[in-house]
Amino acid sequence: MQQLVNTALGGLTLGAVYAAFALALVLIFRSTRIVNFAQAPMAMVTTFIALTLIDAGYSYWIGFAAALLSGLVLGAVIERVIIRPVEDKPEINAVILTLGLFITLHALAAVIFGNRFRSFPAPFGLRGLEVGGTTIRLTTSGIFTIAAVATVMVLLLLLFRYTDVGLRMRASAYNPEVARLLGVRVGRMLTLGWALAAVVGSLSGLLIASGGLVHPGYMDSIVVYGFVAAVLGGLESPVGAVVGGLTLGLSLSFVSGYLGSELVALAALLILMLVLTLKPGGLFAVASARRV
Amino acid sequence: MLTLDKLTAGYGPVTALQDVTFSAGKGQITAVLGANGAGKTTLLRTVSGLHRPESGTISLDGQPLRKVNAEQMPALGMVHVPEGRGVITELTIEENLRLGGLAKGGKLRSEDLERVYELFPVLADRRASLAHTLSGGERQMLVIGRALMSEPRLLLLDEPSLGLAPRIVAQIFDLLRGLVDDQGLSVLLVEQNARSALSVADHGVVLNLGRVVADEKASVLAADDQLRHAYLGF
Repeated sequence: MQQLVNTALGGLTLGAVYAAFALALVLIFRSTRIVNFAQAPMAMVTTFIALTLIDAGYSYWIGFAAALLSGLVLGAVIERVIIRPVEDKPEINAVILTLGLFITLHALAAVIFGNRFRSFPAPFGLRGLEVGGTTIRLTTSGIFTIAAVATVMVLLLLLFRYTDVGLRMRASAYNPEVARLLGVRVGRMLTLGWALAAVVGSLSGLLIASGGLVHPGYMDSIVVYGFVAAVLGGLESPVGAVVGGLTLGLSLSFVSGYLGSELVALAALLILMLVLTLKPGGLFAVASARRV
Repeated sequence: MLTLDKLTAGYGPVTALQDVTFSAGKGQITAVLGANGAGKTTLLRTVSGLHRPESGTISLDGQPLRKVNAEQMPALGMVHVPEGRGVITELTIEENLRLGGLAKGGKLRSEDLERVYELFPVLADRRASLAHTLSGGERQMLVIGRALMSEPRLLLLDEPSLGLAPRIVAQIFDLLRGLVDDQGLSVLLVEQNARSALSVADHGVVLNLGRVVADEKASVLAADDQLRHAYLGF
């Protein structure tokens, strides 16, 4: 019983991080049809910015806020400067550009921040909480992870559902030409979408780093899991990305806890194949067919 | 209201419009007719700023529109209503309408919403449903209602009759006529269904292979047997 609870809690925490990363991928994909491979190194760069500030003596939260803010700026700048010029070209051009950006950001980070492991502080304790005399595998930091992702999810939901700018962003994502005819500045909405995605991505970077080690490649394995989570959710639905992330986190945690941690990557691949075979549109496929 | 002067546009080496010149009058329905490939859609896309002309000018109320982007048109009082497919199916009916209300750039006004719902009670009953649940006729009502949300002075309508039953087409054309007569709206109506369009329009322009071949009162065009057989197919 105790192992079951611990495995589930571990899965939930991990799943929250995957969910955040998947959300970042989905926010960009659904409006541009671009899988942003640079999401991981973008998050890595912002985490290093946080670490630099924290090492310089600022509080964890200053670093945290600075990372999210630099994510916002980085996302907007990358969209405007790198992606916009190939906007009218086939999507594959932009995808290749994000791959190039992946390598470039890696190299830049290694030059600027150093190519070695550095420890990153955790905002809260890393010791398991005590419930009814036994220690469970849920730490205060773990609770913070889940709460942070849930907060971001709710904020995004409120933004998209209830604000004018959110409505304009959705319209640009679903039908850019009609959106333009209705006075929406689609280009601005794309920039905003990239900026928001980068904030969410950089949140996932901070959450993964917390209490662990960071180096220029520490986010790379997350790309695979985050992508699987996004595909699980259908690549277009923010809610789907979060559910996909949690499902993946839980599944992988159970595989690791009961079958062996060496099977985790294989299990992720199996889940991806199963979803693509049985429900290619993802678990949250948008009701109407879309041209790609 | 809207004046086109020697408008020429195309796609690379292909010319879709050649020296197109005509005016759409204030408080009138002007129908642009012609077969498939006559240049009707290019004309509308060029006027609404989605397509850049090679030469010629487009003027609204005597003011030439130079370098005006599509997204600035609603603020000038001109809304392009794409054919029924222009409904954003992933949004609800009310969200589609809200977008229309935001098109001019200001805040949404709830009285605009109520006005459109009054005009199309079908939409009011299903305001929270996703737009993809609507039938073809209802979608057409939604795109027109959405355009009316910004209280335009000029509506550019792209093939509103496409794929609709004649009864629904008549309903929509009646409604347009009412808006023009009661509220002084001006309409530029692009149609392949020439018979229906001429029955509601004040003025007609016939395009063939990108050139204007006739520019007359609608009643004159409808009575011109030779022209009708040659270009309008009825």
